[in-house]
Order: sequence, then C-alpha cells, then structure tokens
Amino acid sequence: MHDLGPSIHQPLTDLEVKLEANRCLYCYDAPCMNACPTHIDVASFIAKIAQGNLRGSARDILSANPMGASCARVCPTSELCEGACVYAKDDSPIRIGDLQRYALDWLMRSGEQLFTPGAPTGKHVAIVGGGPAGLSSARDLRLAGHAVTIFEARDALGGLNTFGIVPFRLSTEVALWEADQVVELGASVRTGVRVGDDVSVASLLDDFDAVILACGMGAVPALAIEGAELAHDALDFIDRAKAGRPVGELGDRVAVIGAGNTAIDALTCAKRLGVERVTMFYRRGEEHMTAYDFEYEFAKQEGIEFRFYCAPVRIGADAVTFVRTQLRDGKLVPIDGSEFTEPVSAVISAIGQSRLDDTLNAFGIETDDGVVRVDDAMRTTRPGVFAAGDCIYAKGQREAMVVEAAEQGKIAAHSVDAFLRAEAA
Amino acid sequence: MADLRSKLAGIASPNPFWLASAPPTNSGYQVMRAFEAGWGGAVWKTLGTPITNVTSRFAGLDYKQNKMLAMNNIELITDRPLDENLREIRECKKAFPDRAIVASLMEVCEQQAWHELVKRVQEEDIDGFELNFGCPHGMSERGMGAAVGQHPDLIEAVTTWVKEASRVPVIVKLTPNITDVRVPARAAAAGGADAVSMINTINSLMGVDLDSWNPIPHVDGKSSHGGYCGPAVKPIALNMVNDCARDPKVKLPISGIGGVEFWQDAVEFLLLGASNVQVCTAVMHHGFRIIEQLCDGLNTYLDDRGLTSVEMLVGAAENRITTWENLNLNYQIVAEIDQETCIHCSKCYIACEDAAHQCIDRSVVDGTAILTVDQNHCVGCNLCMMVCPVDDCITMLQVDNGLPPETWKERSARITA
Repeated sequence: MHDLGPSIHQPLTDLEVKLEANRCLYCYDAPCMNACPTHIDVASFIAKIAQGNLRGSARDILSANPMGASCARVCPTSELCEGACVYAKDDSPIRIGDLQRYALDWLMRSGEQLFTPGAPTGKHVAIVGGGPAGLSSARDLRLAGHAVTIFEARDALGGLNTFGIVPFRLSTEVALWEADQVVELGASVRTGVRVGDDVSVASLLDDFDAVILACGMGAVPALAIEGAELAHDALDFIDRAKAGRPVGELGDRVAVIGAGNTAIDALTCAKRLGVERVTMFYRRGEEHMTAYDFEYEFAKQEGIEFRFYCAPVRIGADAVTFVRTQLRDGKLVPIDGSEFTEPVSAVISAIGQSRLDDTLNAFGIETDDGVVRVDDAMRTTRPGVFAAGDCIYAKGQREAMVVEAAEQGKIAAHSVDAFLRAEAA
Repeated sequence: MADLRSKLAGIASPNPFWLASAPPTNSGYQVMRAFEAGWGGAVWKTLGTPITNVTSRFAGLDYKQNKMLAMNNIELITDRPLDENLREIRECKKAFPDRAIVASLMEVCEQQAWHELVKRVQEEDIDGFELNFGCPHGMSERGMGAAVGQHPDLIEAVTTWVKEASRVPVIVKLTPNITDVRVPARAAAAGGADAVSMINTINSLMGVDLDSWNPIPHVDGKSSHGGYCGPAVKPIALNMVNDCARDPKVKLPISGIGGVEFWQDAVEFLLLGASNVQVCTAVMHHGFRIIEQLCDGLNTYLDDRGLTSVEMLVGAAENRITTWENLNLNYQIVAEIDQETCIHCSKCYIACEDAAHQCIDRSVVDGTAILTVDQNHCVGCNLCMMVCPVDDCITMLQVDNGLPPETWKERSARITA
C-alpha cells in the first residue's frame, strides 16, 4: 500500500456537531437546499442531527441523494450549499458537508439499511456503468419496484468515486459502502463486464425493458505531441495509487499537465507519494483553471507549484519542452521563440477524458462530439434508452460533479419509471 | 463612575448585587471568596435545624447549545450545625465589614422557636434577617418554607414573632407558587416586615430521561418536584416584583430575585421597583467572578445615561406597567425589514404566514428570497422581529394614524354612553 497520508477532512467531534447543528437557523425554503443539485432538505437534516435523530437525518440526506456520503466529502460545498448559506455573507456558513458526513458516518457504523425496495413491477432495467449516476438511478428504480442489473466494466462499483478520486479526499471504503447500500436493495451487479465487448448492446436492448447509460467517459486522451507515450494517464495513476498498486518510477520532479479536478488529485497524490517537486503546467491562466478554488487552495497548501501559460511541445526521457502561450483576441496562441525545457522525471497527463464513442454509437443514439444528447428527462434520442452522468457532461452545459451525476441518475430513474408505467398501461 | 451603593430597608451594601440564600452562600469559605470578588452582600444559606440532603440535587434546562437556561434543585437548607455557620458569619463580617450579611432563617411555626433562633443568630453582627417562606420542596412537607408562604395568616404571624425579637431589619422571602403574590406580600407588611424579597423558586419537574424513564434529577429512580430558577424565570419574577412595587398595601422595599445573570437583568428589576437584586444561578453557572461584569456593565450604563447613582433607577419605570384596559388601542406600529442587513432566511415569512397575520410578502429573485412587509395589514405583533436572527434588521415603526389615544376602558365607556 502507498502511504498517502490522512484524509483532508477529519470528522467533526460530537461537540463541534452540537455547536454547528444548533447554529443552523432552520431557514424556511432554505437557500442551501435550493443550491444543492439533489435538493437535500439541509435545514431538516441538520435539525434532526441537533435533535439526536440521526436515522431521520440520514434518511433525509439519502432519500434526496443516494451518493450523500461521497458528496459530503467531495462536493464543492462553497460553490453549492455552503455558498448559499445565509451566513456565507459573513464568512461563517454552516459546515453542511461535515454535518452530512456526520449523519452518514453514523449510518455506516450502524449497518442499518434505511430503504426498502418497492413491490415488484416485473420490469427489468439495464444500467450501463456502476458509478454515481448508475448507482443513483439503480437505487430509485429499486424503490419503484423495478428489477435492475448494473453492468460494470471494472471489478468493483463506484466508478470514479472508487477509482478516480484520491483516497485522502474519498476513501474506497466509503465509495464501496455507498454502492453496497444500493446493492442491498436487490440490484443485480455484473462487474468485470464491458458492454459492447462482454455483452452485446443488442442483447441489452432485447433483454431489458429499458436501458440507462451511465458509462461515464474513457481514459485520458493522448497528448498530440512528441513523446506523448511517455506520459502517465492521471486517472490510471490515481487508480493505482489508491489501490496500492505500483505507479511506476516518478523520480523527484513530476509535471502534471492540466488544471482540472483530476489534475489537482494527481498533483497532490504525487506529492504525497514523496515526489520532491510537483508542478502543474497549464496552457491558460490561473483564472481559467477548471479546478475549484478550494481544490487550488488545497494544492497550494500541499506544496504544489504552478506554472501558467505553458503548453508542452515535447516530452523527453528526463525533460519536457514547453512553449509560452498568450491570449490574443480571446484565442490562445504560442509565443514564437519562447520555448524552454524543464528537467522532469515524470509527466502525468490530466487533460480530460476521451469519449466512449463506440459504445454509445452501438446504441444507435445521437451524440454531439461524443456527448450523449438527452432532454431534461434524461431521455436519449432512442425510446427506452436513457443516460446520466459524465456521458452527458458537456463543458459549459453541465457540471461533472458527483452530486450532478446523482441527480441525473434520479431523474433518469423517474423517467424510466414513467416510461415503463406508460408502456404497461 | 456612578455611585453603586445601595440600600434595602436600611441595609447598606457597596453595590446592589447580593448573593441569594443558596448553595453559593453555604459556607464562610464561599462567602469570603464572593466578597473578595466584589459582591455587595450575601444572604447566608438558610439556617435552621440541619437537614440531610439527597445526592443528585440539581438539574439544568438546556436550550440547543446553551446550557442552563434554567435549573431546578431539590437541595434543602443548611446541613451544617448552627454554631459552625455562625462562626463563619462572624469571620466573614470581620473580614468584610462593609458588606451586607443577611441570615436566612427557617423554623417550625412556633413563636418560642422563632424567638430563640432570632436571638441566637443576632448575637453575631448580622445586617438583617431573611425569612425563608419560599422553599418549595422538602421543607414544605415539614410545615416550613413554602408551606408558610402559601398561608398569608402564617406569614403575618411568623413575621410578627420575628419582629418581636429582632433588632435588625427583617426581609420576608416570598414564594411564587401562589396565585397573587400581593396577598402574601401584604401579609408580610401587616406582620411588620421591613422588606420583601422575591421570587423563591418555582415548582418544577425538569424532565424525564428518555432511555431509563427516570425523572431528572433522580434519586435512586425517583424524584420530587424541585425549585425552578435561572434566566428562564426572570419574566415571572419581574411581574411579581412590579405587582408588589405598585401595590399600595405592600409599600415595602423589594429585593428582586429570579434569573439575574447580566447587568441588564438587574437594571430591569430596579426599574420595575426592586431596590437591589439577589443572584444565584448565574454564579452556580459561572462562579463569583461575574460580579465584575455586573458592576462594570451597570456602571457604564449609568454613566452613559448621565445617572450618578444606581438608586436613581429604583422604581423609575414602575408605573409603566398598568392593566390591559389602560393601554392605548390607537397606538399603531408596523414591521419594517431592512433590506441591507436582511440575510434572506425567511424565518420572518414563515412565522408570519403560519402563526401571525400573513403580512410578509416573499418573492424569490435570482434565487434570493426578498421579504417585505405588507404594512397596510401588519398588526404590529412583533413576531417577525422576534424570530429575525439579525439584530435591528426588523424594526417596528410607529404609524401616525391620526387617531387620538383611547384605552379600552375609555372606549367601552364611550360606547355605553
């Protein structure tokens, strides 16, 4: 196992919880609830904590958001519930994420299952992908009484929660517990099965009454530069580090290309693995980073260095050549003659994820640049096929957050339910 | 610096803050510490035939994260021999001659017994007696404490006996566990009391433990009602103090007791008619050191208002209290919400909507609730202001409705005329 250090957020003590939960004003039609993509009734769950009703509190949270335990740890709360808290203006928002975690930590320890499956409808739904969106939809489909089979390419459920978020932000244990909560409701799970390879798309369409695509995205695409094959895939790197598998030789100077959430995870993970100098190289400026402010702050605290307006042009065995860039009329262009070479022992690429075009196309649905086209009810262009999560994530339109995936999964499940009931009628 | 010196029925103290007869005045050690800290006086833990206490005696009432909004107790009077208490009183008085030491007394209802106790205790240099006619538990079952305080004729008789023997002022401490506090206060006056003090503790059961179903506090699984005190009882005490202050048949100086924790509480008691205040629960919560807060806060308040002496507060707002029929029906106020300081929690909205008069309009603009008062229909009940978490965000504005003042009494007279 790799020693990646302690979690960045320790649980609140009982006293902290008492003070914090009682500080909550119990606002009416609370802004925090409205700021949560899954509309958790925050005022209610906090009031229940304050009144010692942890079971009720956990039920409030999970009924709105089956991914509540991971969201409590990875949600950008300062941009969502805590940012909307009426105390935020005075820089003292209620620590909603930490309180949510407290209630669900209690549930985790108790071993209780708070939900019961609905009466069987005789309908069977295939869910492609066992990440947050797939699990969320599976939970609500089970509550509605539909049979569910989750097809998961990896050997465990949880998706990026299990494999793609560094353990000091979200542990495997929590991600798997959360998945178990859904499985306990009677969802069938077929792990290690890649739809399109191990099971045909045609059979899914034939054998199931509906399909939800929640397959996320693929690997980090190759950099289109010389020596790209020398770069590590950030997601694969995090996966290996989290699972305790070998991550390869990193040396003492790691460069991470990219400035998103995964880049931050890769940077801090490399640092915690003991790399002396870990530097983020980003072709745009600080203000363009897609990582959240709190992630950026965290990376700074971990001792990460940042270089902006630098694009890699060539990766060598022990050095990377960059070119300086600038914005000209809103367009990013390299500056002639500004090339420089940095000694780098390993490069990790975190420039986004590729799209699973082949899988999606096999379903005969329309996509836009690899993004599944859905309506507000998560219906694809093919009746009976729905989609949620990162496979419908498009920059500028939706957020690639766990909490968004959870909400989309819920919406998809409700749409499927409506679709199946209409069919049956 | 204002003059904080205070007098109650001739008993002088350097400030108007006395410790009430209670656990903090149980021993010379404690009273010495209190006087060192600056307390103006102490009413000694009630003297009488020593009792045996139970363990598990107190319980607190918490509200959310706040501890001891109130407490109750089932402790009795002193559990130590009279001689021991008197020796310690002597030492305290010697060390702090400028402080008031008042001996609280409790005895069976016999003239002889009271005479003997009074004479024995006043061999020491005490400043006064306080007759404990209020203790609501334990002692009352033995025909003392509240058992006396609930019988005006007994109050008068015992007060008379004490006055027959006493050479120092006699304060009668009243129980609130009656229907009209003026009746026992008048009885004390009739018996010759020099002052009354109120309120003693209120009959209460603090609660039940939800796991064991034991009462709180419990003594081996059982409990009895206790005496309730602390910040939560202040409004009850203020009302009783003022009732007596305004009663022409009482006409006695009053020592105000009940929930004094901050200097503001003391100012309220004084304004409504008390000559000084006694404190217990706040000391049990925070220790004797709070006297510095009390004196400094009171001093600052007096200085800010240009008042040179604390005595100027006594009874100054006494006659602001009247009966409902004398209130001006044409006085009109309406709520106003300051949009600058509003934090958009909508507490005012839901309170008004569900529990008052549906006079707050709420519209959500860009995700933020905008709250405004429909002042044409607002009845000026104050509820929105009370629930608003931001000080001074909601204020009540007086409306000039052009109507002359008219009370219910006046209106009903006009209508029947």
